[in-house]
Amino acid sequence: MMGIGLEHYLVVSAILFTLGVFGIFVNRKNVIVILMSVELILLAVNINLVAFSSFGHNLVGQVFALLILTVAAAEAAIGLAILVVYYRNRGSIAVEDINMMKG
Amino acid sequence: MTVAAAFFYLFASITVASGFMVVASRNPVHSVLFLILAFVNAAGLFLLLGAEFLAMILVVVYVGAVAVLFLFVVMMLDVDFAELRQGFLDYLPIGGLLGVIFLIEMVLFLGTYYAAPEAVHAASTVKAAASTLSNTEQLGRVLYTDYVFYFQTAGLVLLVAMIGAIILTLHHKTGVKRQDIGAQVARSKDTAMEIKSVRPGQGL
Repeated sequence: MMGIGLEHYLVVSAILFTLGVFGIFVNRKNVIVILMSVELILLAVNINLVAFSSFGHNLVGQVFALLILTVAAAEAAIGLAILVVYYRNRGSIAVEDINMMKG
Repeated sequence: MTVAAAFFYLFASITVASGFMVVASRNPVHSVLFLILAFVNAAGLFLLLGAEFLAMILVVVYVGAVAVLFLFVVMMLDVDFAELRQGFLDYLPIGGLLGVIFLIEMVLFLGTYYAAPEAVHAASTVKAAASTLSNTEQLGRVLYTDYVFYFQTAGLVLLVAMIGAIILTLHHKTGVKRQDIGAQVARSKDTAMEIKSVRPGQGL
């Protein structure tokens, strides 16, 4: 029991993933916190990948985690840029105000 | 309890606690700071797993770039965040219920995960000379040979993201005089000069 196995890391990443999903649920009005919750979810995925890579003695998982890191950075940059442009145009970042494109 | 296990529980508990504070904190600036704490402790978990390069990249890229970007945006936007907190308690019961159900399911599934040793043995392709090379060297040997196209694609994704972010946020103020190189190059002698014949004794 004292040894730290794969399942310990998987449980940590499951808790982080759930916290991210929970954050999207409860902070429905604040886009910035939603973006941070997405970052938490991606971090949980990365922990999963690195744990499997380490315990499976296969380095490809870390390569994949590196790619996810890249995509997460790009996503944060684009999301925050959209947020800044939206705030400049509308003067608000509340999620329920983002309804100009409704059909 | 070994030292590694103690450090695992330290890093894991701080990661989870700061992840919760990211979601539950009132002030978005505090959320960003707790996000940084979560990333640093996740880097500690990566170190325990033997992924030193990814741990350092996590600190450099996430803490140094992404979290600071979040911090800039939070401080740049003049938003009443207390107003955005309205409805937090309305969504708390359903969100908490769904979260707890989801978490129990995932822990029941993942906590009993067991990989057969022969499956691990079959899946491991990169294990030769593991004792002599560091994690960074091993990763580089894989990343720049077998996965070079994925590596290039990651670079392309970053390039597209950079161009997209610049195009989205760049806006020119009207009424500011700027250098127009095309117009300057297109100037010819005819448009630049005008020859007038001035009669003697008279001005222009």
